[in-house]
Amino acid sequence: MSAHPGAEERRGVRRPAVTRGGSATGRARRGVSWPLVLGAVPVGFTAVFFAWPVVAIVHRGLVDDAGRFDPAAILALWWTPEVGRLVAFTLGQAAASTALTLALGMPVAWLLARVQLPGKALVRVVVTVPFVLPTVVVGVAFRMLLGEGHLLGWTGLDGTVWAIILAHAFFNIAIVARTVGGVWARMDPRPEQAARALGAGPARVFATVTAPRLLPAVASASAVVFLFCATSFGVVLVLGGTRFRTLETEIYLQTVQVFDLRMAAALSVLQLLAVTAALAVAAAARRRVRGTPASPAAARVARPARGPRRLGAAAALAIVTVVLVVPPASLFVRSLRFDGGWSLHAYRILGTEIAGIRPLDAVSTSLRTAVDAALLALVLGLLAAVALDRGRGRGKELADGFMMLPLGVSAVTVGFGLLITMGALPGDLRRSQLLVAIAQAMIAMPLVVRTLLPAMQGIDDRLRHAAGVLGAAPLRVWFSVDLPLVARSLAAAVGFAFVVALGEFGATSFLARADEPTLPVLIGKLISRPGADNLAAALASSVLLAVVTGAIVAVIEAVRVADVGEF
Amino acid sequence: MNAHAIAQSGFLRPIRRSRRPLAALIMVVALAAAAGCSLSGGGGDGDGPLVLVTHDSFALSEGVLDGFTAQTGVDVEVRNSGDAGRLASELVLTKGDPLGDVAFGIDNTFASRVIGQGVFEPYVSPAAQDGAQDYAVPGSDELTAVDYGDVCLNIDTGWFARHGIAAPSSIADLTRPEYKGLTVVENPATSSPGLAFLLATIVTQSGGPGQSEATTQADRPAQDGGWQDYWRALRDNGLKVVDGWTQAYTVEFSGSSGAGPRPIVVSYASSPPAEAGADGSAPPTRALAGSCFRQVEYAGVLSGTDRPEAARELVDFLLSPEVQQDLPGQMYVFPVQRGTPLPAVFAEYAARPAHPLTMDPARIGTHRDAWIRQWRDIVLG
Repeated sequence: MSAHPGAEERRGVRRPAVTRGGSATGRARRGVSWPLVLGAVPVGFTAVFFAWPVVAIVHRGLVDDAGRFDPAAILALWWTPEVGRLVAFTLGQAAASTALTLALGMPVAWLLARVQLPGKALVRVVVTVPFVLPTVVVGVAFRMLLGEGHLLGWTGLDGTVWAIILAHAFFNIAIVARTVGGVWARMDPRPEQAARALGAGPARVFATVTAPRLLPAVASASAVVFLFCATSFGVVLVLGGTRFRTLETEIYLQTVQVFDLRMAAALSVLQLLAVTAALAVAAAARRRVRGTPASPAAARVARPARGPRRLGAAAALAIVTVVLVVPPASLFVRSLRFDGGWSLHAYRILGTEIAGIRPLDAVSTSLRTAVDAALLALVLGLLAAVALDRGRGRGKELADGFMMLPLGVSAVTVGFGLLITMGALPGDLRRSQLLVAIAQAMIAMPLVVRTLLPAMQGIDDRLRHAAGVLGAAPLRVWFSVDLPLVARSLAAAVGFAFVVALGEFGATSFLARADEPTLPVLIGKLISRPGADNLAAALASSVLLAVVTGAIVAVIEAVRVADVGEF
Repeated sequence: MNAHAIAQSGFLRPIRRSRRPLAALIMVVALAAAAGCSLSGGGGDGDGPLVLVTHDSFALSEGVLDGFTAQTGVDVEVRNSGDAGRLASELVLTKGDPLGDVAFGIDNTFASRVIGQGVFEPYVSPAAQDGAQDYAVPGSDELTAVDYGDVCLNIDTGWFARHGIAAPSSIADLTRPEYKGLTVVENPATSSPGLAFLLATIVTQSGGPGQSEATTQADRPAQDGGWQDYWRALRDNGLKVVDGWTQAYTVEFSGSSGAGPRPIVVSYASSPPAEAGADGSAPPTRALAGSCFRQVEYAGVLSGTDRPEAARELVDFLLSPEVQQDLPGQMYVFPVQRGTPLPAVFAEYAARPAHPLTMDPARIGTHRDAWIRQWRDIVLG
């Protein structure tokens, strides 16, 4: 990460000697191009399970009725007022959602990074769980809060664009709080202390010393949040009250309901361009703002909440409570109501068969699939991270961006693309439950890479040199130097890959087998059936999913809390 | 470089220089072991199970499909494909290299998308003459009717009793001032009951009085008709439109356990039985029989299956008493085969309209998208 510009320079010195090793013998003996070899695996995986399907389905849309390939035709489809409105609304709501997410997430980031708080691990867990709840559940939870006649019906937010923006903030505060909070917590406090000593007030210290150093993290979090909001599907569909349409929901409608593949392809290409542009802008912004030196040996930067800080902490906690706790809590309360009274009925029926499936079986299917997905994402992400850490130049930047793209392409496009391409592979993966795990791994992999890469870039190269000088072969160096140093990040990465896979709904509902649904897919199914038992089981299953997710996040936090004390 | 992005976050916070790498790795392994880690094996080749491609709402009681295996020695695997619209799109996209051997769940609103496209092989089940044939798509032998459901206005009878307002009795009633702000419907662009209700209004509001039979007006241009005036009036009468059935029924409707604010909703004739008490007591809701539009669900043998024999047997099996009896309780639809006994709550509380509204699938196919566009312009502006 940019926290370690020095590391880059050091590697810069070393690399020419290794990666550009001139002689053929040197190349062969030292496996010179091995970053390329390692990187080829995840890139190839992304190419087969993401790029090929997307290209295939878009190509399908670009062929005209007579079977001629006619890419120019999509230009004509773009220049209509309707598409203009779609683009404007998509980008506008994403920008507004990002702004609100930042406004609510920054105080939470500050709370997590700079305030000593009893039970902070709990706050971290509470902040993270919404990120992995299935959208269909959150959509219904928000409607049960905001709809007329419900708890917050008086706000008049239901059916407005504000409901969408609020739900986006609910999902994505975790990204801001954790991305920015992580950097904030490890930031060297001495420049701030110096500024204070020189007489600057807290506001001025923040504006002139702290904020500039947080900018790369803020830019990075904003880019990701913007990406998620611009391409969010379930939230817009459920909360938009059908009035609001984005590129993503329109791609769905044109593909599934209208079956106008040309329009869908035109919109997919447009979305891909918009996403690429957003990523490029964010990358440029990050390049301009460089270097956040890390705290030396992790000085304690979190201080108790006293005086005015107490007010700030209370405000941040209020945000957490109102925005992040109330919607799931109301879901929990509802799951305890049955037939007009309080009852555990909803939880009792989890062990019985409902809609042809026992919810507890779906839990075990979910866990199994998520383990497969997490392991797959771990292996691929690890290879990718090592390759990106050691690789260099333009190819590396491209590969880096390439592996982010699965986050920004419509699930419908990928899903239909998989259908028309995977039949060509031996074994017809389309019928295999393995495809679910692969799809989930595609979604989790960027997360794994982004967790591991900064940790790897933070390793002091001199350690590797020392090991090398002492006679260790490159593989041995990696196992005895790199692996121990990134093991915790590795554990965190696999944990988060696991919870993301556990809560994944879009791609999974596309691919899961009917007799073996994952828990989110079963919830989606239960909630679309009439009858009190079905609704009760759906709510109880949602609570169960949130609890399982929370427990896993808590374990990850436990690993991490020990980390803080170690330095 | 790459300082950014998702993950270097907290999530994503790097944890460096740990002195306890073992503990971390053990955690990973334990997590895997606890979940009974398995890279689930692939499937599908050779003598694997017969694959039934269907929509998300498909459900049969445990063991029913085992009956087919017992009869034929062939296992059945069920594969979901979202809603009926997505199922139809998928089948067209994968024709020639189908996802399975049999498809179930194409309904009369999407039938025209697949018929004549080479998606299905012609097949008329011998069992169909016991009822299913009455529901067949006119002029096509690619699809076999398996069940039907009627999309009807549902009302919360208790709400109208409490408020001392007479309950509405027809689609036309909804525009009357006493029902202002009481109705919630689904968007026909995103919801199959929403589309069925739009078709119901086209059938009832476009033609003259008494013209409920679609074929009599098949030649009318799509633009023609009072249905647009009807929707304008409905819009001005405080109509609420939501995306899908789930939001409409569980969140907005007052008669379901979601206990929303609106007592009139577009749902199914078979929804009231689902609301009946566990002890069989009367449900708090009722379907308006005069408002019901008939949706028929079909099954068919997919072209390109390498086991057409077994596939045809599976279609036959869907018409067998075992499956037909199981449909109402699991999928909230009615069996097509004559003489199939219904569950008690169904027999008692489900609406059985004597003259449901219908429309030729070909006519729906021709006008569907134009009607939806016009509806969108009128209702959503």
